[in-house]
Amino acid sequence: MTQATDTSSRTRAQIADRTLRKDPWWRAPAITATLLTIWVLYATVHVFLGRWYWVPKYHYLTPFYSPCISGSCATGSASLGTWFGKVPSIIPYALVSLPFVLGFRLTCYYYRRAYYRAFWRAPAACAVREPHKTYTGETRFPLIMQNLHRYFFFAVILISVLNTYDLTQAFRGPNGDFGLGLGTLIMLINVMLLWAYTLSCHSCRHITGGRLRHFSAHPVRYWIWTQVSKLNGRHMQLAWITLGTLMLTDLYIMLVASGAISDLRFYN
Amino acid sequence: MTDIERHSYDVVVIGAGGSGLRAAIEARLRGKKTAIISKSLFGKAHTVMAEGGAAAAMGNANSRDNSQVHFRDTMRGGKFLNNWRMAELHANEAPDRVWELEAWGAVFDRTKDGKISQRNFGGHEYPRLAHVGDRTGLEMIRTLQQKVVALQQEDAVSHGDPEAMIKVFAETTITRLVKDGDRIAGAFGYVRDSGSFILFEAPAVVLATGGIGKTYKVTSNSWEYTGDGHALALLAGAKLLNMEFVQLHPTGMVWPPSVKGLLVTESVRGDGGVLRNSEGKRFMFNYVPDVFRAQYAETEEEADGWYADPENNRRPPELLPRDEVARSINSEVKAGRGSEHDGVFLDIASRLPAEEILRRLPSMCVQFKELADVDITKEPMEVGPTCHYVMGGVEVDPDTAAAAVPGLFAAGEVSGGMHGSNRLGGNSLSDLLVFGRRAGIGAADYLDGLTARPAIAQADLEAAAAEASAPLERPGGENPYTVHAELQDIMTNLVGLIRVETEMKQALAELEKLRERVLTVGAAGGRGYNPGWHLALDLRNMLIVAECVALAALERQESRGGHARDDFPQMSPEWRKVNLICTLDGDRVHLSRQPMKPMRPDLLARFDRDELKKYLTPDELPAPVTPEEKH
Amino acid sequence: MGYQAQLRIWRGDAGRGDLADYKVEVNEGEVVLDVLHRLQATQAGDLAIRWNCKAGKCGSCSMEINGRPRLACMTRMSTFGENETLTITPMRTFPVIRDLVTDVSFNYAKAREIPSFTPDPATKPGEFRMQQVDVNRSQEFRKCIECFLCQNTCHVIRDHTENEGAFAGPRFLMRIAELEMHPADTADRREIAQDDFGLGLCNITKCCTEVCPEHIKITDNALIPMKERVAGRKYDPLVWLGSKIGRRQVKDTPKVPGKK
Ligand SMILES: Cc1cc2nc3c(=O)[nH]c(=O)nc-3n(C[C@H](O)[C@H](O)[C@H](O)COP(=O)(O)OP(=O)(O)OC[C@H]3O[C@@H](n4cnc5c(N)ncnc54)[C@H](O)[C@@H]3O)c2cc1C
Ligand code: SF4
Ligand code: SF4
Ligand code: FES
Ligand code: FES
Repeated sequence: MTQATDTSSRTRAQIADRTLRKDPWWRAPAITATLLTIWVLYATVHVFLGRWYWVPKYHYLTPFYSPCISGSCATGSASLGTWFGKVPSIIPYALVSLPFVLGFRLTCYYYRRAYYRAFWRAPAACAVREPHKTYTGETRFPLIMQNLHRYFFFAVILISVLNTYDLTQAFRGPNGDFGLGLGTLIMLINVMLLWAYTLSCHSCRHITGGRLRHFSAHPVRYWIWTQVSKLNGRHMQLAWITLGTLMLTDLYIMLVASGAISDLRFYN
Repeated sequence: MTDIERHSYDVVVIGAGGSGLRAAIEARLRGKKTAIISKSLFGKAHTVMAEGGAAAAMGNANSRDNSQVHFRDTMRGGKFLNNWRMAELHANEAPDRVWELEAWGAVFDRTKDGKISQRNFGGHEYPRLAHVGDRTGLEMIRTLQQKVVALQQEDAVSHGDPEAMIKVFAETTITRLVKDGDRIAGAFGYVRDSGSFILFEAPAVVLATGGIGKTYKVTSNSWEYTGDGHALALLAGAKLLNMEFVQLHPTGMVWPPSVKGLLVTESVRGDGGVLRNSEGKRFMFNYVPDVFRAQYAETEEEADGWYADPENNRRPPELLPRDEVARSINSEVKAGRGSEHDGVFLDIASRLPAEEILRRLPSMCVQFKELADVDITKEPMEVGPTCHYVMGGVEVDPDTAAAAVPGLFAAGEVSGGMHGSNRLGGNSLSDLLVFGRRAGIGAADYLDGLTARPAIAQADLEAAAAEASAPLERPGGENPYTVHAELQDIMTNLVGLIRVETEMKQALAELEKLRERVLTVGAAGGRGYNPGWHLALDLRNMLIVAECVALAALERQESRGGHARDDFPQMSPEWRKVNLICTLDGDRVHLSRQPMKPMRPDLLARFDRDELKKYLTPDELPAPVTPEEKH
Repeated sequence: MGYQAQLRIWRGDAGRGDLADYKVEVNEGEVVLDVLHRLQATQAGDLAIRWNCKAGKCGSCSMEINGRPRLACMTRMSTFGENETLTITPMRTFPVIRDLVTDVSFNYAKAREIPSFTPDPATKPGEFRMQQVDVNRSQEFRKCIECFLCQNTCHVIRDHTENEGAFAGPRFLMRIAELEMHPADTADRREIAQDDFGLGLCNITKCCTEVCPEHIKITDNALIPMKERVAGRKYDPLVWLGSKIGRRQVKDTPKVPGKK
């Protein structure tokens, strides 16, 4: 192009090795794959279990079952009412929210990177040859659907509001007055981190201000964008931490609901 | 006879730095079919390394700034040896050239009211350097590169071929200019990657090849700076002007050895950094020369006050012109007050908060962190003088950039005159734009006045090809790397910062011996991308340039700007009237004196008579004026 | 202080070649490029290396050191053990010219296809007024030194030559982002970013960001924001509907025709 001579016949250096990297590049994808697998297995089991999701005494509802809309939901747990009759738990009780929460995480820019690297190995690590013959990236169905991430974001904002409502309920003790237990605190931390994760979303960064060409003309949106950008810098960490807190919250409520342990109460 | 690939162009620009690209853009805008030739890849020319900024009196930071003040500063910086017409054109046109860059997509740092921000630099009275952090050169070269691409895109639409009117020949080295009679007829060279020969037939050639730093050992310059343009011009019969003036930048890195010479931008001082010796003293206060006494602070309080309130305080002496600072550092080190590695300390850490340093000097932070394990937000840097810039160069007509040979033009660092005996920081980037453009116009006008295209004689080509092939035919010849290292030692040790007659005579004698050896260097290996061969060919140029520098330095018996003589420490108004001219006589460098043209009275009138007295002989001084007349 | 380092360097041309073993002296504070230069000056005068500034500013000395794409002038020898053998190879994604030098013309060709900066023709030079907050984003991308390490590492072309036509690579997708965020630019390159420059091929796995010597957050600040912009232009039902009923007209800037 800028070369004077004919360059079309040149070829790449033929190096057979898949990579010449000597550092343990395979470690990160292996850890990611393991952790994600554990999490998905755990969540699947509990979502389809149909029990131990609600602690009526302290109004603890696990996020995996919010909003509980099935006719089978325990009384008091259905904050938005029941939308249909009794069904077996093969239909998850939080039917309206789970697909969105799942979709949100599946199309999340960070998780995409994580599972493309860990499971699809495209690429497993930088400068390590990937195993596929062809590659079309996110240009075709189904992966082109990743572009819908922002709609999941909108939905998850609503779900986060609901989680927050669930949290307010957890501040009620057995008699309906104010109460505080370890479960409440766990839920509080979880909800706060969920908000942080949700607001640190790249789509959120785009919508709040990133799409503008002139920040100076929109000082408020610029300020919001700056704050979201700060959170966004921690998006990966938040993605992992919230996986952890979700699982922990659910596990704690499950244990309390099943009677395996009893909630540690600080007040009422 | 080896095959020679032939191309025909209207204008051939040798060099893809700031000046070359600006010249090529202008020639193309004026409808000339233009080739750009560069030793390195497109976008990597030396200009990319410039850090601090481009000086242009736009008056954005201080509305009192204007081109007259800029002109004055430039003349003072160059100790009045500048070609005053060039200094005038430069000061007048620099703002337009910078604004033009912005319209082509450059994204400079901004002031509060959205204009181009300007920063302080040594020798500039007001904040004047348009900049982008500390990577201004990168911004400039990328913008010009992208402008070339934009023009190619236009040509793709109108001619169906993006390279129809302007084409870049990257990694191609010119080794000879070819002539038809006394006129330029083209340029001959080789393509680095294949080693094959290439000829550009063109009536107009613009030299924009940059400097000569690689003739020195400790330098901020890259391998490209082997003085090719200087040598090509001489070989073609043009003249070099005042080659004794080589700028040593006061602040180069000194440790570790592998980065010795690497530049520490002057912006560090412009943004508040100060120089201290091993005793922790700001020694620059002891070195303010008489000619500058009036403009520089005498106490630390006053100096520190200047950054916030330049109206009521005088400038810190750290911001004296570069030659002064470099010599002062040298004196401190000689007096035993240097740092561990024979430098002094440049301290910004104690002057600005860490975040501010990171924001204003990001690449300096990285450079020190990654190459020297020094965190400049916490500790001082160790610095010392490094060869940086050559003020001397091809003598050109100020308005058209035409050299003595018809059809030959020169712009940028390779040209001489503009900066006198010492260049102010930031004046080079603007010089590239102003005179790059003028060279483009000069070449286009020259073509318009031409009736017939020059022809090239086959014999000239064969001679050029034979000369270029020679090292390859001596695979067992002397190692070019060794010869190069010796040449650098000679120049650094004997024609360096402080010069004396005996040493320079010794240098000339040793260069003479080297001349024989340059003819015997050989390159093992083939033609394709063979750096040994490339260096062997560059040696011819470096040797010629080194001889010019040494001869001129020996001749000029005074100290001025980038030329400091231990045996003649004073500046002499008589010598100010003299330009030293290098020409080539066969293969011998020839030196002659040429009187300086007296400055136009209206330009002289821009200075105080008292100030002029320091530089001019009594009979050059304008008649004293009575106070009423002055306004 | 000094020691003898073991190097294995890929030497060859036209794609054929092999790793050759060398022993070279190393001194305190040196970078890989210093050692290669010493090798050149003392043992292998014709060893091809591309370099210019030796200060991480020009982006010429890109190569792969122990399999990792790096600038040779910014890689300290002290990051390796004295007994460690360094394997140095040319960038894999580009055709090799000789030894460690590759033909990077692919990148220049891509650069020429992207519609250039398009200011409002009514704004004359000197009249531009832009706030610092508005130029910050473009400035980050303009730090790029065109070392092409990101282009070299991106698996979309590194592992799949067949994508070379359809994919501009991170450096040039970032160039599009730079112009889209430039406060004085008026063109709309969102559609071509997806259709002609292959933004959809990027799966945001961030290797470009990982290798960028300028530490530009290519993926987070350029590619993902571009994907979001493209989603707004091409995958937003409201925009789609609006353009169908002729309410919201989007003027897409077409890609620039190349040679051939
Ligand atoms: C570290 C550093 C920092 C600097 N900072 C500043 C600053 O802040 N402000 C300022 O004003 N100035 C600064 N300067 C000075 C300024 O950058 C240079 O003087 C200026 O860039 C020179 O530009 P140029 O166009 O003359 O040539 P260059 O940009 O050097 O370009 C020379 C071109 O000629 C080509 N070439 C050379 N020989 C041949 C040949 N034989 N055949 C073909 N092509 C050839 C090269 O490949 C290259 O493309 C700095 C310099 C350095 C080294
Ligand atoms: S993030 Fe996208 S562009 Fe960058 S390396 Fe990965 S696939 Fe390539
Ligand atoms: S974006 Fe970074 S890695 Fe890519 S070419 Fe530019 S500097 Fe190199
Ligand atoms: S949630 Fe991860 S990017 Fe939107
Ligand atoms: S030589 Fe310039 S980046 Fe390494």
